[in-house]
Amino acid sequence: MDARKKKRKVLLMGKSGSGKSSMRSIIFSNYVAKDVRRLGATIDVEHSHVKFMGNLTLNLWDCGGQDAFMETYLASQRGNIFSDVAVLIYVFDIESREVDRDLDTYHAIIEALSEFSPNAYVFCLVHKMDLIQAEHRQRIYEERSAVIRSRSSDFRVDTFASSIWDQSLYKAWAGIVHKLIPNLIVIERFLTAFAKKINAEEVILFERSTFLTVTSVTSEVGDLNPIYDRHERLSNIMKAFKHCAARNTLTTPASAGFVVMHTKTPQFNIFLGRFTDNTYIFLVVPPGEASYNCAVLNTMLAREGFSKAAAGSGGGDGFPLPPPETTEDHATNGNGNPA
Amino acid sequence: MPPNETLFLESTTRIQKDSIHSFMDFQVWDFPGQLEYFESAFDLEDIFGSLGALVWVIDAQDDYLDSVARLNRTILTVQQFYPGINIEVFIHKVDGLSDEYRTDTFQDIVQRISDELSDAGYENAPVHYYLTSIYDYSVFEAFSKVIQKLIPNLSTLENLINTLANNCGFEKTYLFDVLSKIYIASDTRPVDMACYEMCSDYIDVIVDISELYSWDHPVRKRLGDQIQEAESHVVLHDQTMIHLMEMNKYLCLVSVIRNPEAKDKRGLIDMNCRTFQDALNEVFSRSWEEGSAAQEGQSATASK
Repeated sequence: MDARKKKRKVLLMGKSGSGKSSMRSIIFSNYVAKDVRRLGATIDVEHSHVKFMGNLTLNLWDCGGQDAFMETYLASQRGNIFSDVAVLIYVFDIESREVDRDLDTYHAIIEALSEFSPNAYVFCLVHKMDLIQAEHRQRIYEERSAVIRSRSSDFRVDTFASSIWDQSLYKAWAGIVHKLIPNLIVIERFLTAFAKKINAEEVILFERSTFLTVTSVTSEVGDLNPIYDRHERLSNIMKAFKHCAARNTLTTPASAGFVVMHTKTPQFNIFLGRFTDNTYIFLVVPPGEASYNCAVLNTMLAREGFSKAAAGSGGGDGFPLPPPETTEDHATNGNGNPA
Repeated sequence: MPPNETLFLESTTRIQKDSIHSFMDFQVWDFPGQLEYFESAFDLEDIFGSLGALVWVIDAQDDYLDSVARLNRTILTVQQFYPGINIEVFIHKVDGLSDEYRTDTFQDIVQRISDELSDAGYENAPVHYYLTSIYDYSVFEAFSKVIQKLIPNLSTLENLINTLANNCGFEKTYLFDVLSKIYIASDTRPVDMACYEMCSDYIDVIVDISELYSWDHPVRKRLGDQIQEAESHVVLHDQTMIHLMEMNKYLCLVSVIRNPEAKDKRGLIDMNCRTFQDALNEVFSRSWEEGSAAQEGQSATASK
């Protein structure tokens, strides 16, 4: 109980001008890529609380990257900054000319982190990849991430190539967020069982405000889909449309959203709808009018069951799951989805 | 192509002919601005003979007097020999101008051209003016209007859409060409940019999602019967519904519905749209049978 109320401290660090605040604004504050030009340099540390999946609050510390600030972080502010860190996100600018110096700073940060929060997750984003020619991207990224790993001491580091101009940003942040959600395994187990019941090729859970992929399950057939970056692309597509809808219904992007979307084509059927307060569920089922309607109906039932179970009243009677898992679903509700 | 990438387009040096195969076959001739096509080397009949519409682009941010003078000469020639050609003037790049200056420029250009025309004795020449910019949807809107004039049975289509929209309580309905996102007909209510933008972006969403999930593989099996054409709708946070239905290979019908009851009557809406689809396909097959006018319309673009 205590753990889920706890705020997770997330440090966002990197050299000045590497794009930390820009990506934070796009993911969490509904900016579009070209709007970030308006952002100025971050002075000292900007704290923000980001609500994600309802009661998982990320306490995001956006640390200004100018050398003077970096020195204070490592010296006088050391204990304050680096204690109780759940996640460190370090952003490298691929265009930087002082690669060695960047890596030295990074190493110093890692040392400080291992001193105060040795259990933190570390993510490194190799950012602004759009500036590299497409054919060299993969090679340069791999070289860079190997160097980063070699300077990361005992931490197991996840690296991502990213750019605010395409879907890679969503991939990186979905990867980060995926690590932070408690009891994800329970949610995944539920989704797998559910996907099987309704014959879905793919079931994806998106977070409501950021449209980041929380988790997804695919069937054996769905696994054969040759487009590997489809989740990020979906986040990108849906978020762009959300901006369009907000513009044309005179609201802010934060309050715009979808109630439900149905799409039927000869190759696939898609349902997108609110699942819990903080998530959208995205179903891909093979064509077939009747089975599609069944799938949608079952999703509605599962949703009711979800909130009913969370309220602790009726138990999971509308819940399309085998009995042994029902208890775990209570746990899911407790952790991810308030009623 | 997104607007910011057009920077890298090179200047056109010869006549480019692009064929567009859609519900109607068009050929767009892109003329280099510096080309002097009234010289004897060019066969006027070849250029203007089968022309449906002439699109003339004027740079509103530049000194346009020269361009207007050339346009006047062109119009006079065209009027003299080929009075059936629609002349469409795009006053372009207006995104850089203030609202006031924009209107002034517009009026100035219109004035200069119509003066010249009435001096030459042409009243009511088929010349139309549009303010356009590539940074919003105005250029799509303008091209839509140009294309609509070339469609022989536009009024039939509009009547059909009106009937559908009135009966289903649609706020606005467009019949889109999916590839170009030009609308070839809409109901006769005033055009609302916001509606157009949402509809056109929604087509994008559906096309993009389809790209992700339309892969072919022998193990993909269908679970039952379903209608062949794609159908989709989305309900937004303020209960606005956008409804999209594929009509044939090239066209789809997109409607904005703000009636809160619409959600419960989706079956009815779907059925009405299917009826409309049948009617639409009948209209098109008729016009092809008769081989009526302007099936192979052409439009030419010339720029300064």
